Amino acid sequence: MTAEAPHGAEAPSELVQLLTPEGERVEHPDYDIDLTPEEIRGLYRDLVLVRRVDLEAVALQRQGELGIWASLLGQEAAQIGSGRALTEADMAFPTYREHGVAWCRGVDPVNLLGMFRGVNHGGWDPAEHNFHLYTIVIGSQTLHAVGYAMGVQRDSAEAATIVYFGDGATSQGDVNESFIWASVFNAPVVFFCQNNQWAISEPLEKQSRIPLYRRASGFGFPGVRVDGNDVFACLAVTRKALADARSGQGPMLIEAFTYRMGAHTTADDPTRYRVAGELEAWKLKDPIERVRAYMFKNQIADQDFFDAIDAEADELGGDVRKRCLALPDPEPLAIFDHVYAEPHGLMDSERAEFATYLEGFEG
Amino acid sequence: MTTLTLAKALNEGMRKAMEDDPKVLIMGEDVGKLGGVFRVTDGLQKDFGEQRVIDTPLAESGIIGTAIGLALRGYRPVCEIQFDGFVFPAADQIITQLAKMPLRSLGKLKLPVVVRIPCGGGIGAVEHHSESPEAYFTHTGGLRVVACSNPVDAYTMIQQAIRCDDPVVFFEPKRRYWEKAEVDTSADSAGWTPFDRAQIVRPGTDLTLIAYGPMVKICLEAAAAAEEDGRSLEVVDLRSLNPLDVARVTESVRRTGRCVVVHEAPVYNGFGAEVAARVTEKCFYNLEAPVLRVGGPSTPYPPSRLEDYYLPDLDRVLDAVDRAFRF
Repeated sequence: MTAEAPHGAEAPSELVQLLTPEGERVEHPDYDIDLTPEEIRGLYRDLVLVRRVDLEAVALQRQGELGIWASLLGQEAAQIGSGRALTEADMAFPTYREHGVAWCRGVDPVNLLGMFRGVNHGGWDPAEHNFHLYTIVIGSQTLHAVGYAMGVQRDSAEAATIVYFGDGATSQGDVNESFIWASVFNAPVVFFCQNNQWAISEPLEKQSRIPLYRRASGFGFPGVRVDGNDVFACLAVTRKALADARSGQGPMLIEAFTYRMGAHTTADDPTRYRVAGELEAWKLKDPIERVRAYMFKNQIADQDFFDAIDAEADELGGDVRKRCLALPDPEPLAIFDHVYAEPHGLMDSERAEFATYLEGFEG
Repeated sequence: MTTLTLAKALNEGMRKAMEDDPKVLIMGEDVGKLGGVFRVTDGLQKDFGEQRVIDTPLAESGIIGTAIGLALRGYRPVCEIQFDGFVFPAADQIITQLAKMPLRSLGKLKLPVVVRIPCGGGIGAVEHHSESPEAYFTHTGGLRVVACSNPVDAYTMIQQAIRCDDPVVFFEPKRRYWEKAEVDTSADSAGWTPFDRAQIVRPGTDLTLIAYGPMVKICLEAAAAAEEDGRSLEVVDLRSLNPLDVARVTESVRRTGRCVVVHEAPVYNGFGAEVAARVTEKCFYNLEAPVLRVGGPSTPYPPSRLEDYYLPDLDRVLDAVDRAFRF
């Protein structure tokens, strides 16, 4: 028996796809979707703008303005498709790469940069956006999502929870425990695995000998593999999974089959572990180009529209850059803030001692 | 006044908390029908239902991780870790997530999660059932760490821990579960001692014995024995390890001039080191002798036939007291 080669140029046959890389619309018996021209233009705009934010962040890192950045390049469709499937009441738990989902949840992109610039560990209010903080320890957030979903159950709320993680995370104990919890408690949670083929330098073969979506059946719930570079398919599949979860049908695993075009983070060098041909093959499946081709062919937008979006993206990129550079460093005594919700003797004494020490430098 | 064992006092405390606040949940392995392996949650599922007293799958990381999610949704989970040595699979969720999420959110998120851990030895158990992991958690900013030593504190402190908006690691001395005391369950909680406060449980003038959890009783016995030798020992029950009630501890040592810290955990890098360092720094000119520590050797917990040698007992505490008086 050999493991399937999961990141070849050919898409596996079980893939749910509604829009081919050439921009041809295809039908699927279970997951078809009816989108208005305006909705399609909206999705295209999202894709372009989040790519622009991402490129700007990479540039800022290269110029020393961010300590590190985890690029979403290539994964825009998976994130926008799933992110736009969420209702306001749904709750999302991201890793540290879900900049596109954050965009869909209304989180200011500059707030994402703050963490990578080192001014905070996450500057947005999760409750305001129903978008949790980025989680860096791999897979931890899957359990938080299931617990949150158990709370949704207890509240009898009309909501679901979605949790994002990568292919590497599926090897973690927490992710497997979260599958068990979700299954036995029938929790309204959608597991959204962005299989971008690489866990830093380790290919999927180091994580699994079966396609990841098939793991769900071993835990007692359905799994599906969707073309992660197809925003229509990602939207359709996630929308159905969330609706099923909300109506009490329990969890679902979505494997978005995609590709991380850049490095894991700006700290690594993909040329050391993967061949150029692989990258070239995936470039032909670009999530933005196929929507653009489809829109052109079907006269959903004209050149003026595309030019306007490009201009908006440039403006957004410039704005994000400007506001990132203006992010102030926190005050030194902020180290002691928010560690505890209630008064805490050790914090009080350490803060006071540190303040006295700092005052020694004044005057 | 009601006579309660420490286990029953915890049970009554949790029952009261669940009655007062519908958001309080109990979760863990075997906490439902069985009532926990020590029966601390006995009868709660029968009275509050499976939605509030949750028998979980057998996975500690999952218990704490899902409790975090429930807390994010507005619930107040009280998690039971079955035995001290089993907390380590959950240590990642406790240390990297539970402790740090409020800070990461700049205070926008609160995680009122209680992690109950039956701790310590003395019950003749097998490996991994008799440990004292408190120092791992006191070393982690963002957690509160407390230990009860008697039924009265068990009853009040568990309720205070549940009401607290911070995550609390709550140590229960398992060899004291069956010990009884009179508990006033009708007293107004406004009059309870805050749970981050140390308490002088026996006043004295010649030396301060500092302990928490299972060792408080040993220290009280040592103080009674020392009295026959004409020595007056004060016993301080720390109750809270993080934060440490430095003021109350140092006030006592300034008066007595001598200090011995007693715990079951290994002395090396144990919590006693923190107490000794703080006392030395604050009471240097009042001390007649160095602060001494009594605890376990730096070994894994031994087979139970040897645990009487490992655990501090009356004689070892009195031996340290003698040494303190010889300086």
